[in-house]
Amino acid sequence: MRALSFPNQDVLAGKPLRERGEGGPAVKHRSIALSTVVLILSLLVSSPGGAQDRMRLTGSGASFPFPIYSAWFKAFSTKHKSITVDYQAKGSGAGIQDFVNRTVDFAASDAAMSDTDMAKVPGGVQLLPMTAGEIVLGYNISGNAKGLKLPRDVYVGIFLGKITKWSDPKLKAANPGLTLPDSDITVVRRADASGTTFVFTQHLSAISEEWKKGPGTGTTVNWPKSDKFVASPKNDGVTATIKQTPGSIGYIEFAFAKFSKIEMALLQNKSGAYVAAGGHGGAEALSSVKLPDDLRAWITDPEGAKSYPIATYTWMLFYKDNKDPKKAAGLRELVEYCLTEGQKMSEAMGYIPLPATVVTAVRKASSSIQ
Amino acid sequence: MATRATTPVSRAGQLEHPAQAGSVSGPPSAWDYFADRAFRGVAQGGVWVVLLLLVFILWEIGGKAWPGIREYGLGSLTSTTWDTNLNLYGFLPEIWGTLYSSFLALLIGGFFGVVMAIFLTQDFLPPRLAQVFRTIVELLAAIPSVVYGLWGLFVVVPAIRPVADWLSGHLGWIPFFSTTLSGPGLAPAALVLAIMVLPTVAAVSQDALRLVPYRVKEAAYGMGTTRWEAILRVMLPAASTGIFGALVLGFGRALGETMALAMLIGNSNQMTLSLFSPANTLAALLALNFPEAGPRQVQVLMYAALVLLAITLVVNVIGGIIMALASKDPTRK
Repeated sequence: MRALSFPNQDVLAGKPLRERGEGGPAVKHRSIALSTVVLILSLLVSSPGGAQDRMRLTGSGASFPFPIYSAWFKAFSTKHKSITVDYQAKGSGAGIQDFVNRTVDFAASDAAMSDTDMAKVPGGVQLLPMTAGEIVLGYNISGNAKGLKLPRDVYVGIFLGKITKWSDPKLKAANPGLTLPDSDITVVRRADASGTTFVFTQHLSAISEEWKKGPGTGTTVNWPKSDKFVASPKNDGVTATIKQTPGSIGYIEFAFAKFSKIEMALLQNKSGAYVAAGGHGGAEALSSVKLPDDLRAWITDPEGAKSYPIATYTWMLFYKDNKDPKKAAGLRELVEYCLTEGQKMSEAMGYIPLPATVVTAVRKASSSIQ
Repeated sequence: MATRATTPVSRAGQLEHPAQAGSVSGPPSAWDYFADRAFRGVAQGGVWVVLLLLVFILWEIGGKAWPGIREYGLGSLTSTTWDTNLNLYGFLPEIWGTLYSSFLALLIGGFFGVVMAIFLTQDFLPPRLAQVFRTIVELLAAIPSVVYGLWGLFVVVPAIRPVADWLSGHLGWIPFFSTTLSGPGLAPAALVLAIMVLPTVAAVSQDALRLVPYRVKEAAYGMGTTRWEAILRVMLPAASTGIFGALVLGFGRALGETMALAMLIGNSNQMTLSLFSPANTLAALLALNFPEAGPRQVQVLMYAALVLLAITLVVNVIGGIIMALASKDPTRK
């Protein structure tokens, strides 16, 4: 405090400041304190939802349906002036974790939600399948062979690391019209834990006993150890690696292969027919499985001659008890929008539109979001 | 008291003769004492906050990793299987991959970084041009990791493919070239990583070389050395401590690099000497597995994070010791 009683004392350092006026230090202190308060206040004011009075719905989870979800939510937010929807594609597992911790208003998951996780949410969980997608085997063979046909035992063999050459007799037998090179097969897989891997390995487990006993089903599995198995992060990483690697094959979501123009193999389905992805095969696969009451169904190996073999629903998770009627109404509105307008966008974006029966069932179930 | 009486006089004098300002002096005021103490207090507080933060991070990671450490113990450090279905979590290949890729990157990046530092500080270029070069090299540090990853995938991999194919075809008996390159792998990862550590190594080495007094070099010339003798026998040894520090910093950077490596290294759980094989690193393992990790996996990943921290710490401590030894040497001779 002595400093305050001698405000005009002369020193070398800091002189200009002192010359501003009497009581220099005190004024300085006050102005610093003031500006700090202003800063903190402005931070406090600006954080919750900006100046406008919009309701904000936040969600997080699966990255597999992210392209279509972001399109839906953007269109929905533009249409409904009073609601903004934010969605973060963190991955299904992270989404479920956020949902259980109640840090989001809804979540999305490719692997639905397990009973043990659902038990952790007081008031209950409503799972709603919102869209569906196909997983394709994209490949890159020198000479750009189009329309490669892969029998069931062959693609299991490739991912088990048992079939290692493109010139393998089994491949040649299935593709008499193609000239296949005598090069190694490089398998590209997902490096990160992912719902896409879960769905793909679930299908492989369903069609191959050896796969089921070996790597099994999971968001990550213990892949065969080989120099010819490489991994890349996310769908984009796998897509880029396939494009850059002659002689490679990998599993990706249909939309990624479609938009980056990667060749997709025709896969043999349960009835023995070869089906290409992207046609009506996906819808056929969906209609081959009847949804149970909890709307959790896996299409591990669909019946039907026209069905594409690797298809899956992807779910949004909602709280049955939102503790806020306005928010619940907003969420129901969002679901309704996705079921009507949203489904019209599906096909163009590389997803499978939900069959009419499923739409009806989902609409009915959405009334339990309160 | 006497000093205070003189103050107005000296002040007036200063106003009349600004040129004499240097001669005007007085004892520090109470406010100066206060400002000095406050500054020291804030600085000291800042240091403690940083230290406490480090302890807190270690405590948090350690606490979360503890169940995993108790369950798997040293097994995780020696096992090569990562299987979430069987709850087997071994990350020996990741430890190996982290060290191997960082070492390769340092070998390449360190060499070019030091050479570049010599080139830019030893009067090979006009000063202005040297400044341009320096800025360009420093700009490399500003490129985001993801961009490096993409560049590696789309440019480096296709560029080295023919070389890699030739090496594995003709010199396949050497363990380093024993497999064919299928795309992502150690070689492209190490190359890109080398470019990423280059700015660090180059910048710190330049500072080290510039700190050597000019008269040392002049003395060397006076002894009749050629330019290269002066650089290699006098300048480099004189700056060796700083250059070694640069290499340690670069190695530290390489150990923790994540995104570019996650995209380029192939993320395969194998231990191999071959440069063309896919491998994995601890940082990539952490980044790629966290989002979807279950509770048990999180514990193991925290364990892996702790191991990565320990490796970085050990590298820095070893670097510090070697630096201390190296800096003692000249005085002893």
